[in-house]
Amino acid sequence: MNRLSLMRWWFTATLVVALLLMLVPLPGPLAPFKPYWPALVLLYWSLESEDRVTLGLAFAVGLGADVVNGVVLGEQALRLCALVFIALRFRSRLRFFPMWQQSLAVLVLLLNDRVLLLLVRLLGGASLPPASWWIAPFVGAALWPFLFLLLDDLRARWRIQ
Amino acid sequence: MAHARDESSPLFAGNAAGTLRLIFYLALAVVLMVLDQRNGWMWRARDAAAAVVEPVYRLAGLPVAGMRTLSVAFGDRQHLTEQNQRLREDLLLANAKLNRMAAVAQQNQHLKELLDTRHSLELNVQLARVIGVDLGAYSHRLMLNVGARDGVKPGQPVIDAHGVMGQVIESLPTTSVVMLVTDPAHAIPVVVERTGLRTVAYGSRGGDQLVLPTIPLAADVQPGDQLLTSGLGGRFPPGFPVGRVTEVAPAATGMFLVAQVQPAADIGRSEDVLLLHDQAEPDGPPAPAKPMGPPSELAPANAADAPATPPAPAGVSR
Repeated sequence: MNRLSLMRWWFTATLVVALLLMLVPLPGPLAPFKPYWPALVLLYWSLESEDRVTLGLAFAVGLGADVVNGVVLGEQALRLCALVFIALRFRSRLRFFPMWQQSLAVLVLLLNDRVLLLLVRLLGGASLPPASWWIAPFVGAALWPFLFLLLDDLRARWRIQ
Repeated sequence: MAHARDESSPLFAGNAAGTLRLIFYLALAVVLMVLDQRNGWMWRARDAAAAVVEPVYRLAGLPVAGMRTLSVAFGDRQHLTEQNQRLREDLLLANAKLNRMAAVAQQNQHLKELLDTRHSLELNVQLARVIGVDLGAYSHRLMLNVGARDGVKPGQPVIDAHGVMGQVIESLPTTSVVMLVTDPAHAIPVVVERTGLRTVAYGSRGGDQLVLPTIPLAADVQPGDQLLTSGLGGRFPPGFPVGRVTEVAPAATGMFLVAQVQPAADIGRSEDVLLLHDQAEPDGPPAPAKPMGPPSELAPANAADAPATPPAPAGVSR
C-alpha cells in the first residue's frame, strides 16, 4: 500500500517537474533547443505503466500546461492526446525496440507533434516559425535514452511498479 | 502488473473504443480552442487558477533568479568594478541631463500654466522586475513580479529606460502578464517625431520588430526617423520613444508605404521595467489640444472648441 502511494506521488511529481521544466527559460541562443518535456515524460509513463496513462490524463496535463503557458486553451491538450494515443497504440512494439530505434520512434512522434502544433498555429493565424523551431524534436529524441534510463533506474532503485 | 494486461494491448492492435475516445478528446480540444479564441476564456480560467498557477511561476522563475544572484556573487572583481564605473558615469550623465531638464521642465510648466493646460511632465511609475518564465516560443509576452495587489491593472503601459515595451494584459494577484509591442496582435498609435505624421505601429508578424503598414505614399518617412507615442487612443501617454525606422518600401499592393521599425526598448534583455500609473485620461481619445490663446478666463466662451481628433485604434485586438 505504501509502495502504491509512493508510486502515485512519484508519477505526479515527474509530471509536475516536466511542466516546470517547460516554463524555465533557457538563455537566448539556446532557447530553440528546449525539448518538450511534458511529452517526453508522458511518453515514458505510457510505455512503462500503461494503466496509469490514459487519454483523459494526457488531456488534463495538456490543459494544465495551457493554463500555465497562456496560449490557446486546448492546444497542448490536443497535441498530448494525439501523442499518447499513438504511443499507447504501438506500446507493445515500442517497449521491445532497442534504445536507438526507440529514440527514432520518439523523434517521429515529436516531429508529428510539431506538425500538429504548426497546423493549429497556422489555423489560428500565426506566421510560419523560423527553421530553428524544428530543432527541439531532435534534442528531445537525443535526450530520450538518458531520460528513459534515469527514470527506469530510479524506479528500480525504489522498487516501485 | 503490466504483463497481465497483454490481451488488452496486443502487438498489432486496433480497437475501436480507443479511437472513439481519441476522437472525442480531439474534438473537445478543438472546441475549447475555438471557444477560447472567440471569448478569451483563457484569462478567466487563469484568474480562477491564479492561486495554483502563481507559485508555479515563482518556482519556474527560481533558476533564472538564482543565476542572476550567482553571477553577482561569483562575478569577478574586475568585471564588477568596470560595471560599477560605467554605472557611475551613466548616473553622472543622467543627473547632468536631469538638472538641465529640471529648468526646462519648470519653464514648460510655467508656459503651460500660461496656456491653461494641466498636463504635467511628472511620471507616476512603479518599478517591476521581469520573472524569468518561458511563456512559449514566439509568444511576445513577459511576466512581471507585481500584480493586482500592487495596484496593477490591465492596460497599463510598460516602459524601460529606452522606450515603450508594451502593456499589461492580465493581472493576477501577485504577477502580471505584459504583451510586448512586437506582438502581431498589438497596435500602438505613434507619431513621427521629425514630420509629425500620425500612424499606427503594429507588431511585425516575423518577430522582434514593429511595422508601419499604412503610410500614405506621399508622406515623408525616412530610415532613421524616430517614432514617439502620439497619445491618441488614451492608453499610452504621448511622447515616449517607440522605435526607429530602419527601412521604408512600397507595400505589395502599391497603395501604401511600409516601414520596418526597430523597437527603442531593450525588449529581449530588460530585467527591470517601469509600470506607468499615470492614466490621466480614461480610455478614449484624449482631450484635444487647445489652440494657442490667452488663458480661458480672458478668452471668449466658445474659443476653447477645437476640432476633434479621430480616435486611433489602440491597444490589444485579440
